[in-house]
Amino acid sequence: MSMKRFGIAIAIIAIVGLLFAAWMVLIPGPTAFASGSSVALADYTGPNPAGVPKELASADPIARGEYLAHAADCVACHTAQGGQPYAGGFAFNLPVIGTMYSTNITPDKETGIGNYTDQQFLDALHKGIRNDGQNLYPGMSYASYTYMTDADALAIKAYLFTLPAVHAPARENRLAWPFNNRSLMAFWNAFYNADQRFRPNPTQSADWNRGAYLAEAMGHCGECHTPRNLAFALNNQRKFAGALTAGWRAYNVSSDAKAGLGAWSDNDLATYLSTGHADGHGGAAGPMGEASDNSLTFLTAGDIHALVVYLRSVPAQDTDLPRTVNVPAPASHREGVTADLDPRGEKIFAGACASCHDWTGISPLSKYATLTGVRAVNDPSATNVAQTVINGVDRKTAQGRIFMPAFGDAYSNDEIAAVSNYVTARFGAQGARMTEKNIASLRKQVAQQ
Amino acid sequence: MVTLQINGQSHTIDAPDDMPLLWALRDIVGLTGTKFGCGIAQCGACTVHLDGKAVRSCLLPVGSIGNRAITTIEAVGETPNGAKIQKAWLDIEVVQCGYCQSGQIMSATALLNRTPNPDDSDIDAAMAGNICRCGTYVRIRQAIKNAAKTA
Amino acid sequence: MSISAKDAADLSRRNFLKVGTAAGGGLMLGFQVGDAFAQEKKGAAEAAAPAPAKYVLNPNAFIAIAPDGKISFQIPQEEMGQGVYTSLSQLLADELDVDLANVTPLPAPPIDAIYGSPRSHRMSTGGSTSIRGFYTALRQVGASGRAMLVQAAAQQWKVDPATLRTESGQVIDDAHGGRKLSYGVLAPAAAKLPAPQDVKLKDDKDLKLIGKSVKRLDTPDKVNGKAQYGIDVRMDGLKIAALAASPVVGGKAVRVDDSKLKAMPGLQLVVLDDIVAVVGPHFWAAKKGLDSLDITWDGGENATMDSAKMWQELRATSLKPGVVAKEDGDAPKNLSRAQDNRIDVAYELPFLSHAPMEPQNFTVHVKNGGCEMWGGSQVQTSAVAAAAKTLNTTPDKIVFHNYMLGGGFGRRLDTDMVVKSVRIAQKVDGPVKVIWTREEDIQQDMYRPAYRNVMSANLDKNGKIDAWTHRIAGGAVSVRMSGKPLKGGLDRGSLEGATENNYGAPNFRVEFIEAPPKALNIGYWRGVAPNNNVFATESLMDELALKVKKDPVAFRLAHLDGTPRLKAAVQLVAQRANWGSALPKRAGRGICAQFAFGTYIATVCEAEVDEGGHVRIRQVHSVIDAGRIVNPDTLMAQVQGGLMFGFTAALYGDITVKDGRVQQRNFNNYRIMRINEAPPIDVHIVASHEPSGGIGEPGCTAGPPSLVNAVAAATGIRLRKLPIDRDILAGRKIA
Repeated sequence: MSMKRFGIAIAIIAIVGLLFAAWMVLIPGPTAFASGSSVALADYTGPNPAGVPKELASADPIARGEYLAHAADCVACHTAQGGQPYAGGFAFNLPVIGTMYSTNITPDKETGIGNYTDQQFLDALHKGIRNDGQNLYPGMSYASYTYMTDADALAIKAYLFTLPAVHAPARENRLAWPFNNRSLMAFWNAFYNADQRFRPNPTQSADWNRGAYLAEAMGHCGECHTPRNLAFALNNQRKFAGALTAGWRAYNVSSDAKAGLGAWSDNDLATYLSTGHADGHGGAAGPMGEASDNSLTFLTAGDIHALVVYLRSVPAQDTDLPRTVNVPAPASHREGVTADLDPRGEKIFAGACASCHDWTGISPLSKYATLTGVRAVNDPSATNVAQTVINGVDRKTAQGRIFMPAFGDAYSNDEIAAVSNYVTARFGAQGARMTEKNIASLRKQVAQQ
Repeated sequence: MVTLQINGQSHTIDAPDDMPLLWALRDIVGLTGTKFGCGIAQCGACTVHLDGKAVRSCLLPVGSIGNRAITTIEAVGETPNGAKIQKAWLDIEVVQCGYCQSGQIMSATALLNRTPNPDDSDIDAAMAGNICRCGTYVRIRQAIKNAAKTA
Repeated sequence: MSISAKDAADLSRRNFLKVGTAAGGGLMLGFQVGDAFAQEKKGAAEAAAPAPAKYVLNPNAFIAIAPDGKISFQIPQEEMGQGVYTSLSQLLADELDVDLANVTPLPAPPIDAIYGSPRSHRMSTGGSTSIRGFYTALRQVGASGRAMLVQAAAQQWKVDPATLRTESGQVIDDAHGGRKLSYGVLAPAAAKLPAPQDVKLKDDKDLKLIGKSVKRLDTPDKVNGKAQYGIDVRMDGLKIAALAASPVVGGKAVRVDDSKLKAMPGLQLVVLDDIVAVVGPHFWAAKKGLDSLDITWDGGENATMDSAKMWQELRATSLKPGVVAKEDGDAPKNLSRAQDNRIDVAYELPFLSHAPMEPQNFTVHVKNGGCEMWGGSQVQTSAVAAAAKTLNTTPDKIVFHNYMLGGGFGRRLDTDMVVKSVRIAQKVDGPVKVIWTREEDIQQDMYRPAYRNVMSANLDKNGKIDAWTHRIAGGAVSVRMSGKPLKGGLDRGSLEGATENNYGAPNFRVEFIEAPPKALNIGYWRGVAPNNNVFATESLMDELALKVKKDPVAFRLAHLDGTPRLKAAVQLVAQRANWGSALPKRAGRGICAQFAFGTYIATVCEAEVDEGGHVRIRQVHSVIDAGRIVNPDTLMAQVQGGLMFGFTAALYGDITVKDGRVQQRNFNNYRIMRINEAPPIDVHIVASHEPSGGIGEPGCTAGPPSLVNAVAAATGIRLRKLPIDRDILAGRKIA
């Protein structure tokens, strides 16, 4: 190859690379979809979209911080399975990249955030920089929290500092090269962390602005529900189109009637958000179950309403998920599924599942166990069905305990694949084609080791 | 207070709505034939009928039952299929320790209510949720077939 | 029924007759006259007790005959599904000459001196010993009773008793027109007679019930919900408790936050160091109360244990020299001589839970310096002793009402559930029923010990076994139960199935080395020692056959000349199972030849293994030679059920530990075979006049080896560790 041709090749690669980089960088902000332009919070004349709802306006600062900490759902990631709340240690297993562990955010001075100044706390939340100046990984959702006001962030800090200090040293991340180099995150931040506070949109309603603040700056819904680009940043061009996150599928929550929430009534949506369950749509399990029980369930009715208003406004994003089937399966095991399925699926369903879920999918025991109309069983990937079979459900809600036993320990990957395929075929729009390897991979992604 | 229709009788009991029917039957009404085995609908020992259909009473809140007719092992023998099943059970000596058999008989009777001539596949589908630790399965299968043959 | 051990012992000295030397432990026979006797003894406690039967009985004998001819047998062995109420009644009724239709079997009160097994002199239903222990003794009791009734009739009629005969509860005088006197009428006079010496038992040809598949006496009430198990006990003022014991053996509750419980009316919190319980009006309330607590446990040392460490320790111990339990010839020397046809191997078996369908429970009312208690136990007198010890009193202060068991499998040979319940009851005013959740039942079990078998064997040039060594390493349940160290390091309870040398190895050594596990309590489990030893022996036999390319059945037959009954069983089962005939791809047959519990059983399991490593049992054949049979149908049921119990263990059974805690919780992760996995099982009984063998356990112990041998035949993969690892069979993991 001549030098000239080599030079051209390099140039092409460079141009492609730059275009690719530009494409990746040109990602709109999380609320950019809305019509009208945003203004700085200080210039906004409507009701304050940040802070606590009016019910808590005169509450003491700690109670306000607690509400906001719930809204931001810090506990979900900062608590290990069976561990002390906020003491960290939860494992995130990312394909290729490796395993990261959340850290201790109790006020322990040695292993927690007890020594953080207000500014250091703000830097962590807004810029992804910890108190020793090192970069955090964006697994910590600072690209979302960056929209949080200083006042709200510090209210959360004040609340966290009232918690009992737990001595829990951070676990060593196990990351592949080059991801084990934290300083690389500075580049990432330059592209993908806006480092700006929430900007309200005066052309939208007060509820919308409150909902946007809750969804983006606090609840960080997009961190799971918005697909990511190759640089692991949220791709807001596909905002809320659904994504596979930490081994579970976060569903399309855009306003698409078929794939998203467009066909849900306001009431169903509000009920789902506030309780983690809506009749006919099923219940939250896995990470959404946790988000429901640790965060959303604490929100006031007004804040839930604001979230509904905001979610409704997110443009429809099509996904290739089939339409949800809302018709019960036949009462007889003989009917309702094609014959080419692994017969083990039906066998396991008969023994371990049918008692609760019934052959029709309409549970005779609990509305929480009804499968008909549930998104997870209508997802032909069966990701969440399989994860639910593996890990079970154990949610303690205001409505009582919602429980399904975990079958992962005693049933093999083949068996879980077979029963997941069977369940999606029998009760959903389209049977999944899970294999032993798929299940092994799903297990790996949620493994807490 | 909750009112339940059990074995043809109306019972008004002092029980919270979320109390599973199993414990209402056993600890309040005094019908101890329905057994506690696992509490998570994995073993079937607690099976009763709601309007003739088998359900696991260990997870069925009394507040959700309403006026539906509850039949327990104590009264299932008064139904034609229940009597057939009980007789078939004794004829070939299905029972060993017997603890799971209340549930087995309730499931088997519900099967006959729906499918008068069940084959192996029907039996598997209807009975796989009932665990027997004594391992009486071979005889359960045979007894159901025998019962179905009785007029 | 409801009478203290001391009262009963007094009565036995006063009224009853010792019969037969074979009785050993002092078997008694007595007749009840009307119900006056019972009235005399009827105390307040008894009046309060829910009578499980309508009979009011003479409490300290085997037979009670009422004036209307109704008969009760007090059955010393616990009915837990094995049909012992029926089979022991058959022994008594046949010799007594009464119809079973007129007989009601009832649980005997806890008195070792009267009801202890002639084998052990104590009341214990375990080890497949009921028929072996009581076969002759109860026939003698029945025959003695008959002789006394005949004698009473002879006296009344003033005739020679030899001219009289009996039938269906009547004495008949054929010489005088067939006049009759019923047993009910004769009982008062008979009770005053001395016990006959050397009573003659019936000839086999005259037996009407023994050896017949008579209908079980306990099952009619088990199909209509009337049967009462311990968990069904109800009485006025009964409270119900749910408990949580320390999830780590030896741990303690260091903090109990009951702030939420305080908002729940009518519940009582009981905190006892290693147990936290909530007592309420019904189980649901108690359970919800318990769930509302935030309990912090300090697990102590054991909290750092896990399965990997436990296996590491067991493996290390298994490599040390053991105590020799049996030695023929010189196995080590002969092993070292031949290296060609030699196999050195280790087989590992996991900890197992019993998981009977009736979760553990006991009802206790602490009062009057002792307690009254209701529940099911395989060891009635030990249960009384355990309660007495807990209350720091004597057994005569304990009144125990024993109930049928919703499954025993060895779990109820322990008395931990009695002790825990009594401790909770001490804090409760009035009677309290303590119920284990399934999770508590599985996580607080006395587990079948894990075992490691280190074995070597070689074959001579004729392909016969020359030397065989077997070192059993595992926990000794006897040590855990008694708290006393082994004498000379040998646990007799761990040897059966290993030391018999059925295959006649000229050089043969069996060793035992105790390897007590940390973090788990161990207990007896259906099949006890043969569970482990038969699996190891029969696995190695198949490996040796493969080594010399012999058919596993032919290889065994070549070694069974010294054990003809087993040889015959193997031959017959091979024939019945069509051994050697073609099977589909990935299917195979496995044989297990076993002598244990006094019974010979040969089993062929036919199984197939799919590409994913999943095993399906296609069909099973067993040929069983258990000597004299009391109830053939019961025997078949026991073999069928026992095989299923063993297969379940082989396929799924594995108790594992993490952070000192048992990881399995309920049937979702302690898996039990279901009806859609159950194979057809053919059981053939060999007619025999040999002494009876046990039948409760042989099927259970024959299951895993026959299955694993079938899997090896189907796949060529030899599994040396249970449970069956599907990943190995799927080729995803190396054995």
